[in-house]
Amino acid sequence: MANAERVSLEDVRRVAELAYLELTAEEESRMRRDLNAILDYVAQLGELDTSQAAPMTQVSEVLRTGAEVATEELSVLRDDLPVPCLERERVMASAPESDGVFFKVPKVIER
Amino acid sequence: MTMMTATSSIEGIRSAIARGETTARAVAEGCLARIAEEDGRIHAFLTVDREQALAQAVHVDEIAAKGGALPPLAGVPVGIKDVLTLEGLPATAGSKILEGYRPPYTATAVQKLAQAGAIFPGKLNCDEFAMGSSNENSAYGPVHNPHDLDRVPGGSSGGSAAAVAAGMTLAALGTDTGGSIRQPASFCGVVGVLPTYGRVSRYGLIAFASSLDRIGPFAGNVRDAATVLGVMAGHDPMDATSSPLPVPDYTAELDRSADQGVCGMRLGVPAEYFAEGLDGEVRSAIEDGIERLRAAGAVICPISLPHTRYAIPAYYVIATAEASSNLARFDGVRYGLRAPQSDTLAAMYRRTRDVGFGAEVKRRIMLGTYVLSHGYYDAYYRKAQQVRRLLAEDFLSAFRKVDAIVTPTAPTPAFRIGEKSDDPVAMYLADIYTVTASLVGICGISVPCGKSRAGLPIGMQILGRHFEEGTIFRVGQALENLLAS
Repeated sequence: MANAERVSLEDVRRVAELAYLELTAEEESRMRRDLNAILDYVAQLGELDTSQAAPMTQVSEVLRTGAEVATEELSVLRDDLPVPCLERERVMASAPESDGVFFKVPKVIER
Repeated sequence: MTMMTATSSIEGIRSAIARGETTARAVAEGCLARIAEEDGRIHAFLTVDREQALAQAVHVDEIAAKGGALPPLAGVPVGIKDVLTLEGLPATAGSKILEGYRPPYTATAVQKLAQAGAIFPGKLNCDEFAMGSSNENSAYGPVHNPHDLDRVPGGSSGGSAAAVAAGMTLAALGTDTGGSIRQPASFCGVVGVLPTYGRVSRYGLIAFASSLDRIGPFAGNVRDAATVLGVMAGHDPMDATSSPLPVPDYTAELDRSADQGVCGMRLGVPAEYFAEGLDGEVRSAIEDGIERLRAAGAVICPISLPHTRYAIPAYYVIATAEASSNLARFDGVRYGLRAPQSDTLAAMYRRTRDVGFGAEVKRRIMLGTYVLSHGYYDAYYRKAQQVRRLLAEDFLSAFRKVDAIVTPTAPTPAFRIGEKSDDPVAMYLADIYTVTASLVGICGISVPCGKSRAGLPIGMQILGRHFEEGTIFRVGQALENLLAS
């Protein structure tokens, strides 16, 4: 489909590194095949002239609502007051490794 | 497929309990028995919680015994897709990386159903992190379509659609990011609703793509779906993207429009949704449905949504970019799985994510990371967002001429398990008619509209303006009535 391959094996390894994914050799070659197939398909977006189109990042950008709602929408932030949060005990219970107060992880700093 | 009894609608169950003809406990027991009987073949449930379901039922019966007014979903069994949190039960999102995780809080949408008297028999299977169109990406095994066990139920909310279709629950919650409620509803012959972006709080939803994700109901008929949406819609201080707009009484609106039906309504039929790639049997079923709506007084208007063919590529750039960011939180530190015996933190992250994520999730994280990476952002991500704007303009312009838009929900009936699982692009095309509404943020519904010769359900998609769910319920109700008569 494409004249030149968009994603090389080196690209796959670089992106896996960025995404904190460890891929086996077999996964790497399959990923390269799949990403190229998907990006070849995505390439048709290039046919469109989008020079006059502002990027749409959120649905709210295209909603034309009344002024009354617009004002309310601006005040989505709550008052800055302390409120109870989830209990530490219940949150820490989900952690793979914890001392009950902190999450435990492999050593980060060498000394 | 669905059991046709007095308790096969929400109002049927509620009034039967109110009149003392049955109890919520009996309904819950019946639901659990049906799950025990059916789910071995279908595999819609990842967790069944008998105790919680019965405790909820007893609570409803206590209200009934005191003669108090019953809440709107009293005694109604509702299944919950496993990407939503329900305190006390696991929430796997269909992924190994969340195996064993028990969230310490309940999603707002689920909480609202509980407060309305619903009973939760358990959590429902889905594609891993809601990424998929066939439910084959669940780390816990696929769901089978109740209409043909060799076929997929659709995805990603395949368990939700199958549970309702098999009569195991009366309603279910699903989520829809690119078609994950509407497409499985179509494949399983049930009603599925994509509410407007912002209509339902997403607090407690395990995020996939935040500018697209929505929570919506599945039900056996349009009225029940409208009832469930009415209960869970509305602003939530815990979700800044939930809308402050008031929630209409959808069932009262249906009552008011019952005599008129679709008479005088303008329904748009976009040429692009009836082009190459549409299965012949789906086409004739949908054209027949449209003809019935016309005969009932609707004005059928041919329209064009010219950027339709660019929706799938734009969607896969935007959704995967957002997913690559959202799924960074699964790192083996705070919840779920951790790969053992890593010397460094980075190695622990990588190994945990390698063993925890399935192939499709890795593919999407990779694609999303790639399109956001240095040098590619403008070419892919910004470009896709610009195309998203053009798609929105297509719809805003169409909705100046029509009240709703009617299309097929999916290009084919349910396909066979394994048929597309080796070709990601072919699988993505299963969402070709649904991703547009996802990108634009409008509401939509899939309503059963006939069957193929092989007996597979076909769904009609009805799309409405932002926050005009009442309009799509009205058209859906009319279609349901016309096909029943």
